[in-house]
Amino acid sequence: MFVLMSALPEKISVGSAIAYSLLGFAIVFAALIVLWGIINIMVSIFKKFKNRSETPANTPVVSAPTSAPVSPSAGSLAPGSAGDLMIHDVSEKTAAILMAIVANKIGRPLNELRFISIKEVK
Amino acid sequence: MSSVVDILANLWNDSGFSAFLTDWRSVVMIVVGCVLLYLGIVKKFEPLLLIGIAFGTILTNLPGAGLYHPELWDSFIAGEIGYGEILHNGGLLDILYIGVKAGIYPSLIFLGVGAMTDFGPLLANPKSLLLGSAAQLGVYCAFILAVLLGFTGPEAASIGIIGGADGPTAIFLTTKLAPHLLGAIAIAAYSYMALIPLIQPPIMKALTTQKEREAKMEQLRPVSKTEKIVFPVVVSIFVILLLPSTAPLIGCLMLGNLLRECGVTDRLSDTAQNALMNIVTVFLSTSVGATTVGARFLTLSTIKIVALGLLAFCFSTVGGLLLGKVMYKVTGGKINPLIGSAGVSAVPMAARVSQTVGQKANPSNFLLMHAMGPNVAGVIGSAVAAGFLLALFGG
Repeated sequence: MFVLMSALPEKISVGSAIAYSLLGFAIVFAALIVLWGIINIMVSIFKKFKNRSETPANTPVVSAPTSAPVSPSAGSLAPGSAGDLMIHDVSEKTAAILMAIVANKIGRPLNELRFISIKEVK
Repeated sequence: MSSVVDILANLWNDSGFSAFLTDWRSVVMIVVGCVLLYLGIVKKFEPLLLIGIAFGTILTNLPGAGLYHPELWDSFIAGEIGYGEILHNGGLLDILYIGVKAGIYPSLIFLGVGAMTDFGPLLANPKSLLLGSAAQLGVYCAFILAVLLGFTGPEAASIGIIGGADGPTAIFLTTKLAPHLLGAIAIAAYSYMALIPLIQPPIMKALTTQKEREAKMEQLRPVSKTEKIVFPVVVSIFVILLLPSTAPLIGCLMLGNLLRECGVTDRLSDTAQNALMNIVTVFLSTSVGATTVGARFLTLSTIKIVALGLLAFCFSTVGGLLLGKVMYKVTGGKINPLIGSAGVSAVPMAARVSQTVGQKANPSNFLLMHAMGPNVAGVIGSAVAAGFLLALFGG
Protein backbone atom coordinates (compact mmCIF):
# COMPACT_ATOMS: atom_id res chain seq x y z
CA MET A 1 0.00 0.00 0.00
CA PHE A 2 2.69 2.44 1.00
CA VAL A 3 4.79 1.71 -2.08
CA LEU A 4 1.88 2.72 -4.31
CA MET A 5 1.23 5.83 -2.29
CA SER A 6 4.80 7.02 -2.48
CA ALA A 7 4.22 7.80 -6.15
CA LEU A 8 1.68 10.51 -5.22
CA PRO A 9 1.94 13.84 -7.02
CA GLU A 10 3.29 16.71 -4.87
CA LYS A 11 0.19 18.90 -5.33
CA ILE A 12 -2.85 17.24 -3.84
CA SER A 13 -6.50 18.23 -3.71
CA VAL A 14 -8.30 19.07 -0.48
CA GLY A 15 -10.46 15.98 -0.96
CA SER A 16 -7.36 13.79 -1.13
CA ALA A 17 -5.90 15.57 1.91
CA ILE A 18 -9.05 14.78 3.90
CA ALA A 19 -8.98 11.15 2.76
CA TYR A 20 -5.27 10.77 3.69
CA SER A 21 -5.93 12.44 7.03
CA LEU A 22 -8.74 10.05 7.90
CA LEU A 23 -6.56 7.12 6.88
CA GLY A 24 -3.56 8.46 8.82
CA PHE A 25 -5.60 9.16 11.94
CA ALA A 26 -7.11 5.66 11.73
CA ILE A 27 -3.65 4.12 11.39
CA VAL A 28 -2.36 5.97 14.47
CA PHE A 29 -5.39 4.78 16.44
CA ALA A 30 -5.11 1.23 15.13
CA ALA A 31 -1.38 1.05 15.90
CA LEU A 32 -1.78 2.28 19.45
CA ILE A 33 -4.86 0.12 20.09
CA VAL A 34 -2.90 -2.96 18.99
CA LEU A 35 -0.07 -1.79 21.26
CA TRP A 36 -2.58 -1.53 24.09
CA GLY A 37 -3.62 -5.13 23.39
CA ILE A 38 0.02 -6.25 23.34
CA ILE A 39 0.66 -4.55 26.70
CA ASN A 40 -2.39 -6.26 28.17
CA ILE A 41 -1.22 -9.66 26.92
CA MET A 42 2.27 -8.90 28.27
CA VAL A 43 0.86 -7.92 31.68
CA SER A 44 -1.33 -11.02 31.94
CA ILE A 45 1.62 -13.27 31.05
CA PHE A 46 3.75 -11.63 33.73
CA LYS A 47 0.92 -11.95 36.25
CA LYS A 48 0.63 -15.67 35.53
CA PHE A 49 4.38 -16.16 35.95
CA LYS A 50 4.34 -14.11 39.12
CA ASN A 51 1.43 -16.08 40.59
CA ARG A 52 3.12 -19.38 39.75
CA SER A 53 6.39 -18.37 41.35
CA GLU A 54 4.70 -16.91 44.43
CA THR A 55 2.22 -19.72 45.17
CA PRO A 56 4.55 -21.98 47.22
CA ALA A 57 5.96 -19.06 49.15
CA ASN A 58 2.51 -17.65 49.88
CA THR A 59 1.08 -20.79 51.42
CA PRO A 60 2.45 -20.33 54.96
CA VAL A 61 1.69 -16.60 54.86
CA VAL A 62 -1.96 -17.21 53.97
CA SER A 63 -2.37 -19.78 56.69
CA ALA A 64 -0.76 -17.61 59.36
CA PRO A 65 -3.69 -15.29 60.10
CA THR A 66 -6.10 -18.20 60.54
CA SER A 67 -3.91 -19.92 63.09
CA ALA A 68 -2.78 -16.86 65.00
CA PRO A 69 -5.08 -14.11 66.30
CA VAL A 70 -4.48 -10.69 64.77
CA SER A 71 -3.35 -8.15 67.32
CA PRO A 72 -5.56 -5.05 67.62
CA SER A 73 -2.65 -2.72 66.99
CA ALA A 74 -1.79 -4.44 63.70
CA GLY A 75 -5.42 -4.26 62.59
CA SER A 76 -5.62 -0.53 63.23
CA LEU A 77 -2.71 0.29 60.97
CA ALA A 78 -3.51 2.17 57.77
CA PRO A 79 -2.60 0.19 54.64
CA GLY A 80 0.23 2.54 53.77
CA SER A 81 1.82 2.53 57.21
CA ALA A 82 2.89 -1.06 56.85
CA GLY A 83 3.93 -0.89 53.19
CA ASP A 84 7.27 -0.20 51.60
CA LEU A 85 7.99 3.16 50.04
CA MET A 86 10.25 3.13 47.00
CA ILE A 87 12.51 6.18 46.82
CA HIS A 88 14.31 6.96 43.55
CA ASP A 89 16.97 9.70 43.45
CA VAL A 90 15.40 11.37 46.51
CA SER A 91 16.88 11.49 50.01
CA GLU A 92 14.86 10.08 52.92
CA LYS A 93 14.65 13.55 54.42
CA THR A 94 13.21 15.03 51.22
CA ALA A 95 10.75 12.12 50.95
CA ALA A 96 9.55 12.75 54.51
CA ILE A 97 9.10 16.45 53.77
CA LEU A 98 7.17 15.70 50.57
CA MET A 99 4.84 13.26 52.35
CA ALA A 100 4.17 15.81 55.06
CA ILE A 101 3.40 18.50 52.47
CA VAL A 102 0.99 16.22 50.60
CA ALA A 103 -0.79 15.26 53.85
CA ASN A 104 -1.04 18.91 54.84
CA LYS A 105 -2.29 20.02 51.41
CA ILE A 106 -5.11 17.48 51.23
CA GLY A 107 -5.92 17.75 54.95
CA ARG A 108 -5.58 14.05 55.80
CA PRO A 109 -3.45 12.51 58.57
CA LEU A 110 -0.24 10.97 57.28
CA ASN A 111 -1.07 7.49 58.58
CA GLU A 112 -4.19 7.37 56.43
CA LEU A 113 -2.21 7.89 53.25
CA ARG A 114 -0.31 5.32 51.27
CA PHE A 115 2.79 6.39 49.38
CA ILE A 116 4.08 3.82 46.93
CA SER A 117 7.06 5.60 45.41
CA ILE A 118 8.68 9.01 45.28
CA LYS A 119 10.73 9.90 42.26
CA GLU A 120 12.30 13.13 41.09
CA VAL A 121 10.84 14.22 37.74
CA LYS A 122 13.76 15.74 35.84
CA MET B 1 46.55 59.08 -1.84
CA SER B 2 44.29 57.39 -4.36
CA SER B 3 45.75 53.98 -3.45
CA VAL B 4 44.75 54.52 0.19
CA VAL B 5 41.21 55.33 -0.95
CA ASP B 6 41.22 52.21 -3.13
CA ILE B 7 42.37 50.08 -0.21
CA LEU B 8 39.66 51.51 2.02
CA ALA B 9 37.07 50.99 -0.73
CA ASN B 10 38.22 47.40 -1.19
CA LEU B 11 38.07 46.85 2.58
CA TRP B 12 34.53 48.22 2.63
CA ASN B 13 33.47 46.09 -0.35
CA ASP B 14 34.96 42.95 1.24
CA SER B 15 33.29 43.58 4.59
CA GLY B 16 29.86 42.24 5.48
CA PHE B 17 28.64 45.76 6.20
CA SER B 18 28.53 46.64 2.50
CA ALA B 19 26.46 43.52 1.83
CA PHE B 20 23.89 44.71 4.40
CA LEU B 21 23.15 47.65 2.09
CA THR B 22 22.32 45.31 -0.77
CA ASP B 23 20.20 42.82 1.18
CA TRP B 24 18.02 44.25 3.97
CA ARG B 25 16.66 40.78 4.78
CA SER B 26 19.91 39.80 6.51
CA VAL B 27 19.47 42.72 8.90
CA VAL B 28 15.88 41.72 9.61
CA MET B 29 16.94 38.13 10.30
CA ILE B 30 19.65 39.27 12.70
CA VAL B 31 16.97 41.25 14.55
CA VAL B 32 14.75 38.12 14.52
CA GLY B 33 17.70 36.16 15.95
CA CYS B 34 18.08 38.72 18.73
CA VAL B 35 14.35 38.54 19.52
CA LEU B 36 14.60 34.74 19.74
CA LEU B 37 17.61 35.12 22.05
CA TYR B 38 15.53 37.45 24.23
CA LEU B 39 12.67 34.92 24.33
CA GLY B 40 15.07 32.13 25.23
CA ILE B 41 17.15 33.96 27.84
CA VAL B 42 14.66 36.34 29.46
CA LYS B 43 11.33 34.56 28.91
CA LYS B 44 12.92 31.09 29.15
CA PHE B 45 11.04 29.72 26.10
CA GLU B 46 12.69 26.31 25.53
CA PRO B 47 16.09 27.98 26.11
CA LEU B 48 18.17 24.84 25.51
CA LEU B 49 17.08 24.81 21.88
CA LEU B 50 15.94 28.34 21.16
CA ILE B 51 19.26 29.93 22.09
CA GLY B 52 21.15 27.67 19.67
CA ILE B 53 18.57 28.27 16.93
CA ALA B 54 18.72 32.04 17.52
CA PHE B 55 22.51 32.13 17.39
CA GLY B 56 22.52 29.97 14.27
CA THR B 57 20.10 32.48 12.72
CA ILE B 58 22.46 35.34 13.49
CA LEU B 59 25.55 33.48 12.22
CA THR B 60 24.00 32.36 8.95
CA ASN B 61 22.76 35.88 8.12
CA LEU B 62 26.12 37.57 8.59
CA PRO B 63 27.15 38.31 4.97
CA GLY B 64 30.52 36.96 3.99
CA ALA B 65 30.86 34.57 6.94
CA GLY B 66 30.29 31.61 4.62
CA LEU B 67 29.18 29.30 7.41
CA TYR B 68 26.13 27.95 5.58
CA HIS B 69 25.45 27.70 1.83
CA PRO B 70 21.80 27.02 0.95
CA GLU B 71 22.71 26.72 -2.73
CA LEU B 72 24.93 23.71 -1.91
CA TRP B 73 21.96 22.00 -0.26
CA ASP B 74 19.76 22.82 -3.26
CA SER B 75 22.26 20.95 -5.43
CA PHE B 76 22.34 18.11 -2.90
CA ILE B 77 18.54 17.79 -2.92
CA ALA B 78 18.57 17.88 -6.74
CA GLY B 79 21.00 14.94 -6.61
CA GLU B 80 23.79 16.87 -8.34
CA ILE B 81 26.27 16.58 -5.47
CA GLY B 82 26.81 14.30 -2.47
CA TYR B 83 27.94 14.71 1.14
CA GLY B 84 31.56 14.64 -0.07
CA GLU B 85 31.21 17.94 -1.93
CA ILE B 86 29.48 19.49 1.06
CA LEU B 87 32.31 18.39 3.35
CA HIS B 88 34.81 19.76 0.84
CA ASN B 89 33.15 23.06 -0.08
CA GLY B 90 30.80 23.76 2.82
CA GLY B 91 31.20 25.94 5.87
CA LEU B 92 31.09 24.84 9.50
CA LEU B 93 27.29 24.96 9.72
CA ASP B 94 26.95 23.07 6.41
CA ILE B 95 29.00 20.28 7.91
CA LEU B 96 26.99 20.29 11.15
CA TYR B 97 23.78 20.30 9.10
CA ILE B 98 24.72 16.94 7.58
CA GLY B 99 23.68 15.43 10.92
CA VAL B 100 20.22 16.97 10.55
CA LYS B 101 19.87 16.04 6.89
CA ALA B 102 20.89 12.45 7.55
CA GLY B 103 18.40 12.24 10.44
CA ILE B 104 21.17 11.59 12.97
CA TYR B 105 20.54 14.40 15.48
CA PRO B 106 16.76 13.94 15.87
CA SER B 107 17.31 10.22 16.39
CA LEU B 108 20.05 10.80 18.97
CA ILE B 109 17.81 13.30 20.76
CA PHE B 110 15.18 10.56 20.86
CA LEU B 111 17.80 8.24 22.39
CA GLY B 112 18.20 10.75 25.22
CA VAL B 113 14.44 11.30 25.50
CA GLY B 114 14.00 7.52 25.81
CA ALA B 115 16.64 7.36 28.53
CA MET B 116 14.81 10.11 30.44
CA THR B 117 11.30 8.70 30.01
CA ASP B 118 9.53 6.46 32.48
CA PHE B 119 6.93 4.45 30.59
CA GLY B 120 5.62 3.08 33.92
CA PRO B 121 2.46 5.26 33.96
CA LEU B 122 1.64 4.12 30.43
CA LEU B 123 2.16 0.46 31.34
CA ALA B 124 0.06 0.90 34.49
CA ASN B 125 -2.77 2.45 32.49
CA PRO B 126 -2.47 1.41 28.82
CA LYS B 127 -5.78 3.12 28.02
CA SER B 128 -3.60 6.25 27.91
CA LEU B 129 -2.52 5.13 24.45
CA LEU B 130 -5.96 6.13 23.14
CA LEU B 131 -5.47 9.67 24.42
CA GLY B 132 -2.03 9.79 22.82
CA SER B 133 -3.66 8.87 19.49
CA ALA B 134 -6.55 11.34 19.77
CA ALA B 135 -4.11 14.15 20.45
CA GLN B 136 -2.66 13.70 16.96
CA LEU B 137 -5.83 15.35 15.60
CA GLY B 138 -3.96 18.62 15.11
CA VAL B 139 -1.45 16.94 12.78
CA TYR B 140 -4.17 16.08 10.29
CA CYS B 141 -6.24 19.26 10.72
CA ALA B 142 -3.14 21.38 10.04
CA PHE B 143 -2.26 19.11 7.10
CA ILE B 144 -5.67 19.73 5.49
CA LEU B 145 -5.52 23.48 6.18
CA ALA B 146 -2.00 23.67 4.72
CA VAL B 147 -3.21 22.00 1.51
CA LEU B 148 -6.07 24.51 1.45
CA LEU B 149 -3.53 27.34 1.71
CA GLY B 150 -1.68 26.06 -1.33
CA PHE B 151 1.20 24.04 0.15
CA THR B 152 2.23 20.84 -1.61
CA GLY B 153 1.53 17.47 0.00
CA PRO B 154 5.05 17.00 1.48
CA GLU B 155 5.10 20.60 2.73
CA ALA B 156 1.65 20.24 4.29
CA ALA B 157 2.71 17.00 5.98
CA SER B 158 5.77 18.73 7.46
CA ILE B 159 3.63 21.61 8.71
CA GLY B 160 1.02 19.24 10.11
CA ILE B 161 3.53 17.35 12.24
CA ILE B 162 4.02 20.52 14.32
CA GLY B 163 0.73 19.37 15.91
CA GLY B 164 2.55 16.35 17.28
CA ALA B 165 4.33 18.82 19.61
CA ASP B 166 7.51 16.83 19.23
CA GLY B 167 10.54 18.81 18.05
CA PRO B 168 12.81 15.95 16.93
CA THR B 169 9.96 14.27 15.03
CA ALA B 170 9.06 17.55 13.30
CA ILE B 171 12.70 18.14 12.32
CA PHE B 172 13.13 14.53 11.17
CA LEU B 173 10.05 14.59 8.93
CA THR B 174 10.65 18.10 7.55
CA THR B 175 14.25 17.28 6.65
CA LYS B 176 12.99 14.35 4.59
CA LEU B 177 9.95 16.01 2.99
CA ALA B 178 10.38 19.80 2.87
CA PRO B 179 13.89 20.83 3.96
CA HIS B 180 13.38 24.39 2.69
CA LEU B 181 10.77 24.90 5.44
CA LEU B 182 12.93 23.47 8.24
CA GLY B 183 13.81 26.75 9.94
CA ALA B 184 10.24 28.03 10.11
CA ILE B 185 8.81 24.68 11.22
CA ALA B 186 11.45 24.11 13.92
CA ILE B 187 11.05 27.62 15.32
CA ALA B 188 7.24 27.33 15.30
CA ALA B 189 7.33 23.88 16.93
CA TYR B 190 9.72 24.82 19.74
CA SER B 191 8.12 28.22 20.36
CA TYR B 192 4.65 26.73 20.73
CA MET B 193 5.97 23.93 22.94
CA ALA B 194 7.30 26.61 25.24
CA LEU B 195 3.92 28.33 25.12
CA ILE B 196 1.93 25.22 26.07
CA PRO B 197 1.19 26.58 29.60
CA LEU B 198 -0.45 29.57 27.88
CA ILE B 199 -2.08 27.79 24.92
CA GLN B 200 -3.68 24.80 26.63
CA PRO B 201 -5.42 26.01 29.84
CA PRO B 202 -8.06 28.20 28.11
CA ILE B 203 -8.97 25.30 25.77
CA MET B 204 -9.04 22.87 28.72
CA LYS B 205 -11.38 25.13 30.68
CA ALA B 206 -13.61 25.80 27.67
CA LEU B 207 -14.08 22.13 26.84
CA THR B 208 -14.54 20.66 30.34
CA THR B 209 -17.01 21.26 33.14
CA GLN B 210 -15.96 22.00 36.72
CA LYS B 211 -17.24 18.55 37.75
CA GLU B 212 -15.09 16.86 35.09
CA ARG B 213 -11.99 18.82 36.11
CA GLU B 214 -12.53 17.83 39.74
CA ALA B 215 -12.62 14.08 38.97
CA LYS B 216 -10.07 12.16 41.03
CA MET B 217 -8.26 9.20 39.57
CA GLU B 218 -7.30 5.98 41.35
CA GLN B 219 -3.68 5.37 42.21
CA LEU B 220 -1.78 3.58 39.42
CA ARG B 221 -0.71 -0.03 39.94
CA PRO B 222 2.98 -0.68 40.50
CA VAL B 223 4.78 -1.78 37.34
CA SER B 224 7.39 -4.52 37.58
CA LYS B 225 10.94 -4.08 36.35
CA THR B 226 10.48 -6.96 33.90
CA GLU B 227 7.52 -5.21 32.24
CA LYS B 228 9.58 -2.06 31.87
CA ILE B 229 12.45 -4.01 30.27
CA VAL B 230 10.26 -5.97 27.86
CA PHE B 231 8.18 -2.92 26.81
CA PRO B 232 10.81 -1.11 24.68
CA VAL B 233 11.73 -4.34 22.90
CA VAL B 234 8.10 -5.18 22.12
CA VAL B 235 7.25 -1.62 20.98
CA SER B 236 10.32 -1.47 18.72
CA ILE B 237 9.50 -4.75 17.03
CA PHE B 238 5.79 -4.00 16.60
CA VAL B 239 5.90 -0.35 15.52
CA ILE B 240 8.90 -0.73 13.20
CA LEU B 241 7.33 -3.76 11.53
CA LEU B 242 4.13 -1.75 11.05
CA LEU B 243 5.80 1.46 9.81
CA PRO B 244 9.45 0.81 8.88
CA SER B 245 10.02 4.53 8.25
CA THR B 246 9.72 5.16 12.00
CA ALA B 247 12.74 2.92 12.67
CA PRO B 248 15.29 5.69 13.40
CA LEU B 249 13.00 7.51 15.85
CA ILE B 250 11.26 4.59 17.57
CA GLY B 251 14.45 2.49 17.52
CA CYS B 252 16.48 5.18 19.28
CA LEU B 253 13.65 6.12 21.68
CA MET B 254 13.27 2.54 22.80
CA LEU B 255 17.02 1.83 22.91
CA GLY B 256 17.41 4.82 25.23
CA ASN B 257 14.58 3.53 27.39
CA LEU B 258 16.07 0.03 27.51
CA LEU B 259 19.42 1.50 28.63
CA ARG B 260 17.52 3.21 31.44
CA GLU B 261 15.41 0.28 32.55
CA CYS B 262 17.66 -2.76 32.13
CA GLY B 263 19.68 -1.78 35.19
CA VAL B 264 23.07 -2.87 33.86
CA THR B 265 23.89 0.12 31.64
CA ASP B 266 23.60 3.01 34.06
CA ARG B 267 26.67 4.69 32.59
CA LEU B 268 25.26 4.59 29.06
CA SER B 269 21.87 5.79 30.25
CA ASP B 270 23.53 8.67 32.07
CA THR B 271 25.54 9.60 28.95
CA ALA B 272 22.45 9.44 26.72
CA GLN B 273 20.48 11.62 29.13
CA ASN B 274 23.17 14.21 29.75
CA ALA B 275 26.44 14.48 27.80
CA LEU B 276 25.24 13.08 24.47
CA MET B 277 21.91 14.92 24.67
CA ASN B 278 23.66 18.22 25.38
CA ILE B 279 26.21 17.83 22.58
CA VAL B 280 23.56 16.87 20.02
CA THR B 281 21.31 19.72 21.19
CA VAL B 282 24.07 22.24 20.44
CA PHE B 283 24.67 20.78 16.96
CA LEU B 284 20.97 20.40 16.15
CA SER B 285 19.84 23.82 17.31
CA THR B 286 22.68 25.74 15.68
CA SER B 287 22.40 23.97 12.36
CA VAL B 288 18.59 24.29 12.29
CA GLY B 289 19.03 28.02 13.00
CA ALA B 290 21.46 28.16 10.09
CA THR B 291 18.68 27.27 7.65
CA THR B 292 16.88 30.57 8.35
CA VAL B 293 18.66 32.49 5.60
CA GLY B 294 16.83 35.82 5.16
CA ALA B 295 16.18 35.54 1.43
CA ARG B 296 14.40 32.22 1.96
CA PHE B 297 12.89 32.69 5.42
CA LEU B 298 11.18 36.07 5.06
CA THR B 299 8.29 34.89 2.94
CA LEU B 300 4.52 34.64 3.26
CA SER B 301 4.93 30.89 3.73
CA THR B 302 6.69 31.46 7.07
CA ILE B 303 3.75 33.49 8.37
CA LYS B 304 1.34 30.79 7.21
CA ILE B 305 3.45 28.11 8.93
CA VAL B 306 3.50 30.04 12.21
CA ALA B 307 -0.31 30.42 12.09
CA LEU B 308 -0.89 26.79 11.09
CA GLY B 309 1.47 25.60 13.84
CA LEU B 310 -0.62 27.34 16.47
CA LEU B 311 -3.81 25.84 15.06
CA ALA B 312 -2.17 22.41 15.01
CA PHE B 313 -1.35 22.67 18.73
CA CYS B 314 -4.89 23.83 19.53
CA PHE B 315 -6.56 21.04 17.53
CA SER B 316 -4.31 18.41 19.12
CA THR B 317 -5.27 19.66 22.57
CA VAL B 318 -8.94 19.55 21.56
CA GLY B 319 -8.59 15.98 20.22
CA GLY B 320 -7.08 14.71 23.48
CA LEU B 321 -9.64 16.51 25.62
CA LEU B 322 -12.63 15.29 23.60
CA LEU B 323 -11.55 11.65 23.89
CA GLY B 324 -10.82 12.31 27.58
CA LYS B 325 -14.43 13.45 27.97
CA VAL B 326 -15.67 10.30 26.24
CA MET B 327 -13.53 8.16 28.55
CA TYR B 328 -14.83 10.11 31.56
CA LYS B 329 -18.40 9.24 30.56
CA VAL B 330 -17.64 5.61 29.67
CA THR B 331 -15.75 4.92 32.92
CA GLY B 332 -18.32 6.71 35.07
CA GLY B 333 -15.98 9.54 36.04
CA LYS B 334 -12.89 7.44 36.77
CA ILE B 335 -10.79 9.26 34.18
CA ASN B 336 -10.24 12.99 34.45
CA PRO B 337 -10.55 14.42 30.90
CA LEU B 338 -7.79 16.93 31.64
CA ILE B 339 -5.16 14.21 31.17
CA GLY B 340 -6.26 14.03 27.50
CA SER B 341 -4.54 17.31 26.67
CA ALA B 342 -1.23 15.77 27.79
CA GLY B 343 -1.45 13.46 24.79
CA VAL B 344 0.19 16.18 22.69
CA SER B 345 3.65 14.84 23.53
CA ALA B 346 5.77 17.83 24.73
CA VAL B 347 7.08 15.77 27.67
CA PRO B 348 6.68 16.69 30.52
CA MET B 349 5.32 20.21 30.00
CA ALA B 350 1.84 19.08 28.86
CA ALA B 351 1.50 16.69 31.81
CA ARG B 352 2.44 19.51 34.19
CA VAL B 353 -0.28 21.69 32.65
CA SER B 354 -2.87 18.91 33.27
CA GLN B 355 -1.67 18.70 36.89
CA THR B 356 -1.86 22.48 37.39
CA VAL B 357 -5.33 22.89 35.87
CA GLY B 358 -6.62 19.79 37.70
CA GLN B 359 -5.29 21.00 41.03
CA LYS B 360 -6.86 24.42 40.56
CA ALA B 361 -10.24 22.72 40.20
CA ASN B 362 -9.64 20.38 43.12
CA PRO B 363 -6.62 20.98 45.40
CA SER B 364 -6.53 17.30 46.40
CA ASN B 365 -6.15 16.23 42.77
CA PHE B 366 -2.80 14.79 41.72
CA LEU B 367 -2.94 14.14 37.99
CA LEU B 368 0.76 14.37 37.11
CA MET B 369 1.54 10.64 36.96
CA HIS B 370 -1.82 9.90 35.29
CA ALA B 371 -1.07 12.55 32.66
CA MET B 372 2.41 11.11 32.04
CA GLY B 373 0.73 8.05 30.43
CA PRO B 374 -0.92 9.98 27.57
CA ASN B 375 2.13 12.24 27.44
CA VAL B 376 4.55 9.43 26.58
CA ALA B 377 1.87 7.76 24.43
CA GLY B 378 1.86 11.02 22.46
CA VAL B 379 5.56 10.57 21.71
CA ILE B 380 4.85 7.15 20.18
CA GLY B 381 1.69 8.48 18.48
CA SER B 382 3.47 11.40 16.83
CA ALA B 383 6.25 9.09 15.62
CA VAL B 384 3.62 6.78 14.08
CA ALA B 385 1.89 9.79 12.47
CA ALA B 386 5.23 10.96 11.07
CA GLY B 387 5.95 7.45 9.82
CA PHE B 388 2.64 7.40 7.97
CA LEU B 389 3.26 10.80 6.36
CA LEU B 390 6.78 9.76 5.41
CA ALA B 391 5.48 6.57 3.83
CA LEU B 392 2.88 8.63 1.97
CA PHE B 393 5.13 11.35 0.59
CA GLY B 394 8.67 10.12 1.18
CA GLY B 395 9.00 8.42 -2.19
